[in-house]
Amino acid sequence: MQLVLEKRAERSTKIAIASPLIAIALTLVTMSILFAILGKNPIAALIVYFVEPLTDSFTLMEIAVKATPLVMIAVGLSLCYLANVWNIGAEGQFIMGAVCGSYLAVVTNGTDAGPWVLPAMLLMGAAGGALWALIPALCKVKFGANEILTSLMLVYVADLIMDYLVRGPWRDPKGMNFPTTASFDPVATVPTLFETGRIHWGAVVALIVVALATVMLGRTIKGFEIRVVGAAPRAARFAGFSSNRLVLFTFAISGALAGLAGIIEVAGPVGVLQPGISPGYGFTAIIVAFLGRLNPVGILIAGLFLALTFIGGEGAQISMKIPLDLTKVFQGILLFYVLACDSLILYRIRLIATAKKASHGVA
Amino acid sequence: MGLLEAIIISVIAASTPLLLAAAGELVVERSGVLNLGSEGMMIMGAACGFAGAWLTGSTFIGALFGIAAGCALSLVFATLTLGLAVNQVAAGLALTILGVGLSGLIGAGFVGEKITPAPHLYLPGLTDLPVVGKILFGQDGFVYASVVLVAAIWWFLYRTRAGLVLRAVGDSHTSAHALGYPVLKIRLLAVLFGGGCAGLGGAFLPLAYTPFFIPGMTAGRGWIALALVVFSSWMPGRLAAGAYLFGAVTILQLHAQAFGLGIPSQLMTALPYLATVIVLVLISRARGSAGSVAPASLGIVFVPDR
Repeated sequence: MQLVLEKRAERSTKIAIASPLIAIALTLVTMSILFAILGKNPIAALIVYFVEPLTDSFTLMEIAVKATPLVMIAVGLSLCYLANVWNIGAEGQFIMGAVCGSYLAVVTNGTDAGPWVLPAMLLMGAAGGALWALIPALCKVKFGANEILTSLMLVYVADLIMDYLVRGPWRDPKGMNFPTTASFDPVATVPTLFETGRIHWGAVVALIVVALATVMLGRTIKGFEIRVVGAAPRAARFAGFSSNRLVLFTFAISGALAGLAGIIEVAGPVGVLQPGISPGYGFTAIIVAFLGRLNPVGILIAGLFLALTFIGGEGAQISMKIPLDLTKVFQGILLFYVLACDSLILYRIRLIATAKKASHGVA
Repeated sequence: MGLLEAIIISVIAASTPLLLAAAGELVVERSGVLNLGSEGMMIMGAACGFAGAWLTGSTFIGALFGIAAGCALSLVFATLTLGLAVNQVAAGLALTILGVGLSGLIGAGFVGEKITPAPHLYLPGLTDLPVVGKILFGQDGFVYASVVLVAAIWWFLYRTRAGLVLRAVGDSHTSAHALGYPVLKIRLLAVLFGGGCAGLGGAFLPLAYTPFFIPGMTAGRGWIALALVVFSSWMPGRLAAGAYLFGAVTILQLHAQAFGLGIPSQLMTALPYLATVIVLVLISRARGSAGSVAPASLGIVFVPDR
């Protein structure tokens, strides 16, 4: 007997909706096994991971805080991936956005600068992320250099630039030699939504991004162009769509969104520029984009779900001494299952007899 | 030991993990599969390699553990990309995320532990030769393995029938399939081989480079290995040259920091990554008019029709 893939005549809509759910269910089963191997009660661990964060208004708000950058970055990445453009350096674009936006916060620190500071910071953050993303895009368009590798290498460079700035020119003179800038002034800070909790206006920005992306993909020529270039490059050429222009466009947009997420993160929940501002948001956002089926609304749900795992992972580390790395394992496994289940939308798995194979020659 | 000799030895040590992982990936890509999970397989090789060596006290068994870990991860990748026709880029990224997480879990118990580093070859007379003695006859087993590996891959790809078939599969899976070659099986073997090489390259780090394990100790070497394959135009000879060039850049960076030339240390640390970008651009540009030399089926999903 042998398992083979057989192309479906058309995409299966039923499986398209069910596949992320199946993937999550399979991940939970795998996680239970892992918990058992680590000597923890699987049921108790799953409850700490996925239920407890939902029962408390503080952790609920923390989930929204964590989901904000994930959703913003993932929406940008989904545009790239739909167009078959592989930007995997969002982490670097996030950092460069934070760095460029923080420049204003650092130079105006302690002055009586007006309320123009925050909007200007957000603009500079988006511009910084977009420019950083345009480096691999230009290298691809002008020279044909593989964007996967160049965009990823620039993550390390961005990280080192930030490290240099906060240890050198931008270091807070009163900061006891810690590598950090001075705390941002109130005019350079993203205000919180409510009196208590850390949830801030960035969450609203993320929702607006989701709405705009939904409209752009579904209702505009540009959105159509992205989908055609990705799905049928030959047809796109006949239609006169330039794939080079689209590489630049999708990189710039995704870089701008990652940069905006970066500056909102440092001007919001973090409040200073310092190393370690991102627990790998730029990479986790890749999972969010795929789990959300490269669809803005799906990404919103997926972003909240992945944020839940971050918060649940922290809770599990504190209350059950489960290593934090398990969250990464969980995210990796989830992405595998999502990809595998997605395959079932296009193919069905058939069991065929090996004897038949012999009569057909080599299968 | 002269300064030049010391520098060359440290360059070789810095290059060896890159060369091992990149050599494996070269074979994978020649078969038409793009496995971006190098970083994940290397870090798992490092964690499991250290665990093996610590438990048994043997570098050799540690190296075998590293290879096994790389193979196991690459098998997951193969199941998805070959068995279920999943997008190779996305699956490779998932493999890296998974590998980094798993290695943290496995390695957590070994942080702070020490092992005896891999023994170096010693041939009386030969190893004591001035300048070249230590370089040629005083290395550890990983270094010799990496050189033999690259030579063997060259011989396999260009001098054997099986190598020709592997390249055919990578250049046109449809034609190879029509000729009756088992495309998926050949690719499975290539992916497993690449996983083993990446695992061995990762295992080199805690077993020979530094005699302890720290989480994330591969520090992007898996990605640089991927870039090296592009840099080499998928040719084993150039791959070795590229790996030693990158090792040299890494060491240059360390020495420049030690001399304290007033250059920010972060700029020097960024050098290997910047060099990768610049080299990729130069190589791609030089190739621009001649067309790509990448295996024609690289990264394209293949589902055989019956």
